[in-house]
Amino acid sequence: MDEALLRSLTPGVLGILVRRGADFAAAEDAVQDALVEAVRVWPEDPPRDAKGWLVTVAWRRFLDATRADTARRRREDLVEEEPAAGPASAVDDTLRLYFLCAHPSLTPSSAVALTLRAVGGLTTRQIARAYLVPEATMAQRISRAKRTVSGVRFDRPGDVATVLRVLYLVFNEGYSGDVDLAAEAIRLTRQLAARVDHPEVAGLLALMLLHHARRAARTASDGSLVPLAEQDRSRWDTASIAEGVAILQAALARDRLGEFQAQAAVAALHADAPSAEDTDWVQIVEWYDELVRLTDNPVVRLNRAVAVGEADGPRAGLTALAALDDSLPRHTAAAAYLHERDGDLATAARLYAEAAHKAPDLAERDHLTRQAARLNARLGR
Amino acid sequence: MAKYLLLKHYRGAPAAVNDVPMERWTPEEISAHIQYMRDFADRLERSGEFVDGQALAPEGLWVRYDGEGRPPVTDGPFAETKDLIAGWMVIDVDSQERALELAGELSAAPGAGGKPIHEWLEVRPFLAAPPTITD
Repeated sequence: MDEALLRSLTPGVLGILVRRGADFAAAEDAVQDALVEAVRVWPEDPPRDAKGWLVTVAWRRFLDATRADTARRRREDLVEEEPAAGPASAVDDTLRLYFLCAHPSLTPSSAVALTLRAVGGLTTRQIARAYLVPEATMAQRISRAKRTVSGVRFDRPGDVATVLRVLYLVFNEGYSGDVDLAAEAIRLTRQLAARVDHPEVAGLLALMLLHHARRAARTASDGSLVPLAEQDRSRWDTASIAEGVAILQAALARDRLGEFQAQAAVAALHADAPSAEDTDWVQIVEWYDELVRLTDNPVVRLNRAVAVGEADGPRAGLTALAALDDSLPRHTAAAAYLHERDGDLATAARLYAEAAHKAPDLAERDHLTRQAARLNARLGR
Repeated sequence: MAKYLLLKHYRGAPAAVNDVPMERWTPEEISAHIQYMRDFADRLERSGEFVDGQALAPEGLWVRYDGEGRPPVTDGPFAETKDLIAGWMVIDVDSQERALELAGELSAAPGAGGKPIHEWLEVRPFLAAPPTITD
């Protein structure tokens, strides 16, 4: 049994049922039934047209379930009104699912879970493991999400920006268990990019590929963080970088700049630099200026201040930093770094220790504690 | 088998013997400490005694119900004297002796100078239905 094939067919089949008028939750149940049936029957009796087989079985299950339902009459009317199932492009059906799963009525965590389930074809157990929650909890989260979007009719395209946000959330979750969420997010974004002609979709795909390309170099064998400047660049995935850069350039050429393209441009400049010293910080600052213009996000301003520190010297970076709210995440860590580069090791050591205290995760806390320890050792205390 | 919670404290526990804040260690000492904890958890996983463990952020808030329709009141960050949990590990072991043995071992994680920290760990048994006695 080819699990990858089943996974890749699932969203298309689900999309067809939804388009034919099946309520999302009922359609999902019917497709799950069909998948179970496929696992049972296919090894002995493989279908000629796998997708057609799944659609037929799932649709029959859906009709059976609908007829058995107390609200039978109403739903049958709904089914009757639907035009006969004709050949329609699978493209639109999967796309419809993307927008359904990123519906604004869903919370971000529900949207993420539903996307992985319906578009990604992952099992509830795989999603639960990836998010480190019990399977029963994830099952509830998904069924609540299904109830929320059931009854939502899709007659017009949704908001691409919302879909991109959901995919970026998946990407940023990292990975654990048997599913690599970053790789999964890239796979789904590729699918989306093949269906939607939008430079920001390409921008997000490029951004993910460029970040992902550096992943192997980002942690040492003992699990500790390796900062960008110290990463072994020979461990970067050059094929991924080349693909990301090519996708980004094609997107930028269309002259419809957005936040993801600009972020990808920054990532591309890092990926392009043969060494940390050769990084084109002046151009990076220019891209951060674009990002500030596009988003006016304080975190972007913070990153910009660090880039200014590299382009124009630590004093300039500290001046840019001083203009920002010091309660921003990583503000203290950035200040510590710039003070160290400015030669004020005592202040830097104190700020690193303070930043470690506020660190959002264990790897970052350990990294910052080490930075403080390194400077304290140099200061002889 | 019985479950025990091993609690590490940022503050509130009696002072460790080798009581030096982590940022005053050398980076190598920090690595050795982290590796010790990781090896400890791995070994317990293999022996089937590890249940779960997490580190906690130092910042916390107090929250309480404050009447219908009123927002909960939060009070934080903690005053410097407050007891504060740094992290926890849950183990599932055959006896209290084994729980104490393991807690002692965890407390021996190396710190400044590569010497054990000798930090105090709090060991709390889980409340659970008494096991059926068969013998």
